[in-house]
Amino acid sequence: MFGGIDPSLLIASLMMASVPILLAALGELVVEKAGVLNLGVEGMMIMGAICGFITAVETGSPMLGFLGGAVGGAALSLLFAVLTQVMQANQVASGLALTLFGIGFSSLLGQSYVGIKPPHLGAVPFGPLADIPFFGKVLFGHDLFVYLSIAAVAAIWAFLKYARGGLILRAVGESHDAAHALGYKVVRIRVLAIAFGGAMAGLGGAYLSLIRVPQWVDGITAGAGWIALAIVVFASWRPWRALLGAWLFGGITVLQLNLQAAQAGIPVEYLSMSPYVITILVLVLMSSGRGKTALNAPACLGQNFHAAR
Amino acid sequence: MTAVELLRIEGVTKAYPGVVANSDVSFTIHEGEVHALLGENGAGKSTLVKMIYGLVKPDQGRMTWQGAPYAPAKPSAARASGVAMVFQHFSLFEALNVAENVALGMETPPPMRELAAKIRAVSEHYGLPLDPARMVGDLSAGERQRVEIIRCLLQSPKLLIMDEPTSVLTPQEVDILFRTLRQLKEAGTSILYISHKLEEIRALCDEATILRRGKVVGSCTPRDATAREMAEMMVGATITPPERRVGEKGPVALGVSDLSVASPIPFGTSLKSVSFTVAKGEVLGIAGVAGNGQDELLLALSGEIRTEGDRVRIHSQPVGDLGPVERRRAGLVAAPEERLGHAAAPNMSLTENAFLSGVVRQGLASSGFIDWGKTENFAKSIIETFDVRTPGTHVAARALSGGNLQKFVVGRELLQDPEVIVINQPTWGVDAAAAASIRQAILDRAAAGAAVVVISQDLDELLEISDSFAALNEGRLTRPRPVEGLTIDEIGLMMGGAHGMEVAHHVG
Repeated sequence: MFGGIDPSLLIASLMMASVPILLAALGELVVEKAGVLNLGVEGMMIMGAICGFITAVETGSPMLGFLGGAVGGAALSLLFAVLTQVMQANQVASGLALTLFGIGFSSLLGQSYVGIKPPHLGAVPFGPLADIPFFGKVLFGHDLFVYLSIAAVAAIWAFLKYARGGLILRAVGESHDAAHALGYKVVRIRVLAIAFGGAMAGLGGAYLSLIRVPQWVDGITAGAGWIALAIVVFASWRPWRALLGAWLFGGITVLQLNLQAAQAGIPVEYLSMSPYVITILVLVLMSSGRGKTALNAPACLGQNFHAAR
Repeated sequence: MTAVELLRIEGVTKAYPGVVANSDVSFTIHEGEVHALLGENGAGKSTLVKMIYGLVKPDQGRMTWQGAPYAPAKPSAARASGVAMVFQHFSLFEALNVAENVALGMETPPPMRELAAKIRAVSEHYGLPLDPARMVGDLSAGERQRVEIIRCLLQSPKLLIMDEPTSVLTPQEVDILFRTLRQLKEAGTSILYISHKLEEIRALCDEATILRRGKVVGSCTPRDATAREMAEMMVGATITPPERRVGEKGPVALGVSDLSVASPIPFGTSLKSVSFTVAKGEVLGIAGVAGNGQDELLLALSGEIRTEGDRVRIHSQPVGDLGPVERRRAGLVAAPEERLGHAAAPNMSLTENAFLSGVVRQGLASSGFIDWGKTENFAKSIIETFDVRTPGTHVAARALSGGNLQKFVVGRELLQDPEVIVINQPTWGVDAAAAASIRQAILDRAAAGAAVVVISQDLDELLEISDSFAALNEGRLTRPRPVEGLTIDEIGLMMGGAHGMEVAHHVG
């Protein structure tokens, strides 16, 4: 064992730790592919966390709780959609405002829910499979959302690559003027993408408050939304790389806790900085040389669309 | 005409706040007819075709398509009726491949593999070779247009609208395009062809409708009318071709020797030991097919690329290592080809844009503060002198139509009382009357003693205004020769890469 760390446990908890940031990053990836930069991921996640928590506690059903989280995140994202797509507000400023608003509002909603334990969502019963040494723990000991999040990676990848809807979405992010000229409803497509991104971030938030922590505390997301944003860039807008990025970032978080517990000689701060250093390095490497195409960034990212006459 | 009516437009009117784009416009297109829509910038051509394509709804009037009322609510409805459009600014997605771009313009595209096969088949049938798997961002302007055309052709349209299709093409590409269009006409497709290149319209079109300030001012059969007559109908005034005053050449004002620079533009062409001199009062015309180093030459002359000092000299003073501001101070002004984003800041007002380039030579700032009154007057004088059509100087540069902005950015440089002028594509996308006035202004500056370098892909334009002529080919410049006595054959050889007096070897 590595300094008292059990690798199967480490991998298993890494997969769990990466679920919230993976879900949020996938949502943001779709939003950015449509050409919208929503920096409010953190706010939408925390709204999802509190809405999911309240729903789950009140109904007693964790599944309804996740639904509530998705609705909460999507509702907040629609505020962003109205601001940026209808009223043409600046996307960066609106996204930052969304985060600040979400953190404050969730704290208000959650005042009477501090210290309550939410209903528990158990692991998916794989029966004897879960007893296989090492692999049982790594692959078959998780709750439903670990598997759902990986399925979402595949689904979004296939949608963007093979579906007509995905092609239109990418087209809107690539050149909204050209898409408009061809008769596609740029604003409608973007609003739908934003709502999807909000729902995914909300799911990620609900996973935090219902499974990972699991209880309600103020500021529960603790920067997970920003990590999700970094993952999208790190993944250069590719779903499978986003999975890799989420595991990398999630893994470092877990490793850092384990190393602390194992009293390793490396200061924890280096580890918590390292994902961001890697993101910066990846950005520099990808943007040097062949420019934007190599970076795969949507050409209209962050630009507001206004139908000219 | 015995042909069947395809589209009839009656009394169509469209007004925007402050502007009437189309007023009571009527004309008819028959089946298998190539119909030209002629007009100056801002005459309302684009609005009109957008209504036919369903992007804009008319306020009044009606359209009839094959005898039935026609009012497309959106482009897909227009496409379903059989209307297809090739846009002036391509509606293409650079990061997507050819097949994906084509699929986006279709209502019910077949699976990608079938579509790719279809694209190959259609492109070969019409002599427009195209690889469906290539990224559109890597294609030339001519190839991009092919993507648009093939996207239209795959839907077997009855009416093909082409908005200024040749403005970005080389002469050879224009020939290929015309062959395709004639082939389409033979097959019974009608074409609505928008252009202000009158010779092209005479070569291609059966009928022409002429628009001026949103109204139909006449129609004619282009084959029977001269380009001059059509231009005058379009402008509503007599056009005087630029007058050339033959003067004595003065001392050399701009000297470039052995200038070699690597291109800062991705996929650009590096300059390879370019040398020339331009005397006071002389106009040097530099020809060449796009992408042979024109942009790089402009950058090296304007100061955006710096070199060793004595590579570029103004009045024998080395300026090669100076930036644009110092070169402006030394008397050199430059107008690049790209209007939005290079010559003008799109989101800034005309006043602010006038300041950005005029600050040095016009003294628009004193001790670090902007003299807004003076700047405003400078912007106003550009607008008046060059007939820029705009509601005022407060308007953002991006709100101007391409031709109007071109008049503004060229005028801005010419009005600064420069001693050396470098212009890339001075009349690109500008209508005949405005082009004539820009050329006249250039000649006037030369007559006043300025040394002028005009880089252009329009040979007629260069022959009209230049005293000497050179061609750029893969970053090399031929030796400048006097325009007088130059034959078209010699020009062709110069553009084809035969340098100086060498014999050209054309390898097939």
